[in-house]
Amino acid sequence: MEEWLYIRTEVYPALLKGFWVSLELIIPSALCGLIIGIIVGVLRVYGSRPVMAAANTYVALFRGIPLIVQLFIWYFGLPGIGIYLSPFAASVLGFSLCSGAYHSEYIRGALLSIKRGQMLAAQSLGFNKVQMIFSIILPQAIRRALPGCGNEIVYLIKYSSLAYMITCIELTGQGKILASNSFKYTEIFLMIGVCYLVMTSVAALILGRLEERLRLPGFEHDRI
Amino acid sequence: MMATPILRIENISKRYGKKSVLQGASLEVNKGDLKILIGPSGAGKSTLLQCINFLVTPDEGRIWLDGQEVHYAHKRDLYAYRQKVGMIFQDFNLFDHLNALENVRIGMVKVRGMGKAEASERAVMELERVGLKDHMQKYPAQLSGGQKQRVSIARALAMDPMVMLLDEPTSALDPELIGEVHAVIRDLGNNGMTMIMATHQIGFASSLASEIVFMEDGRIIERGTPGKIFNDAEHARTREFCSKITELYGER
Repeated sequence: MEEWLYIRTEVYPALLKGFWVSLELIIPSALCGLIIGIIVGVLRVYGSRPVMAAANTYVALFRGIPLIVQLFIWYFGLPGIGIYLSPFAASVLGFSLCSGAYHSEYIRGALLSIKRGQMLAAQSLGFNKVQMIFSIILPQAIRRALPGCGNEIVYLIKYSSLAYMITCIELTGQGKILASNSFKYTEIFLMIGVCYLVMTSVAALILGRLEERLRLPGFEHDRI
Repeated sequence: MMATPILRIENISKRYGKKSVLQGASLEVNKGDLKILIGPSGAGKSTLLQCINFLVTPDEGRIWLDGQEVHYAHKRDLYAYRQKVGMIFQDFNLFDHLNALENVRIGMVKVRGMGKAEASERAVMELERVGLKDHMQKYPAQLSGGQKQRVSIARALAMDPMVMLLDEPTSALDPELIGEVHAVIRDLGNNGMTMIMATHQIGFASSLASEIVFMEDGRIIERGTPGKIFNDAEHARTREFCSKITELYGER
């Protein structure tokens, strides 16, 4: 009885609050990450040599340095040069940039898989490079990149828990506080695990629907 | 005085590394002409067609359209020129993510800046012209090869080209589907469209061509009327190729 009261009056409100903070971190980070990924992916395939090199360097850095280190740099390092970010802003920035680096790799692979004939046909109609990329190549490439990008979004949902390390108290942060006060580590982190599982499952469901909606005749692979 | 040719190609050459795939090809095409390029694989027919609208950049050579030299290094000029030169590919190259109507419409909307409604109207008209009005909503994967090639012809026509380049338009088709594409091309010819076509369909070529151009090893070996090339060619190699290909495809 006492346990139940504790859950209702302490755990539930705290986790709910953390849950919303997590969503506020995840949704903009996922969107920004995807946009960055598309832009960087395009530049890595179609950019001029220096642009391509710059984009590749970005990916090497943000994919190569542990995310937690990146977050520490944004939050604890930037004040050294006079830039102060809130824990929330530093987290969204860190997540978006890291996610973008991974997305760009999926987009790049998809762009490279589009047959040359599609480009020749666009060029022969008088398309310039930008028109060709945005109205012919990308719409096809994004469909192919979607499973990979979905993977990255699911991963982002989980690594959003790192935000509490730079004092942005989201779901995991709230859980950590609750658990260290009550010593009910197992119960509380099990509940948190379930919360993440719900988020990732819903994301997977939405992504699956999106994939289905964007599927083109001739590209079905359901029953063979 | 001779009329100025609508398309003049002078001394086009292309090398890949040490291999020379085109060596100084020249052509003059008058309005309403149908030039047929024949020759064995690797003769440079495709490369020549792709050089004509700069999908392959020639190493040397100059091109004039309607008396105006094409300055292909200037992107803007190049894009404007390509709009006036339609290209039909052997493997169709329809945009896979668009249905037939959208395939025909997209060039008008994106390149010519037409409104969607106006462009749709024109697209429907072009699809009707190639006999595909009932298939407008189908995606490339839902169309037969012959239908795909007809959509690609409609797509090129919608840009109001002055010249059409056709790179073996029926080579990837079943024998039964070749006829429907030939009918469309014949119709274009009868309506005065200027065309350069690479093909192995000798029967069709000789019934329509204003001139046959025989190519081998990146060179234009011989040119002349169908009657002359098929019956009375000057070069032994032309005669040999023509007799072989007539045996295979010809009904002559």
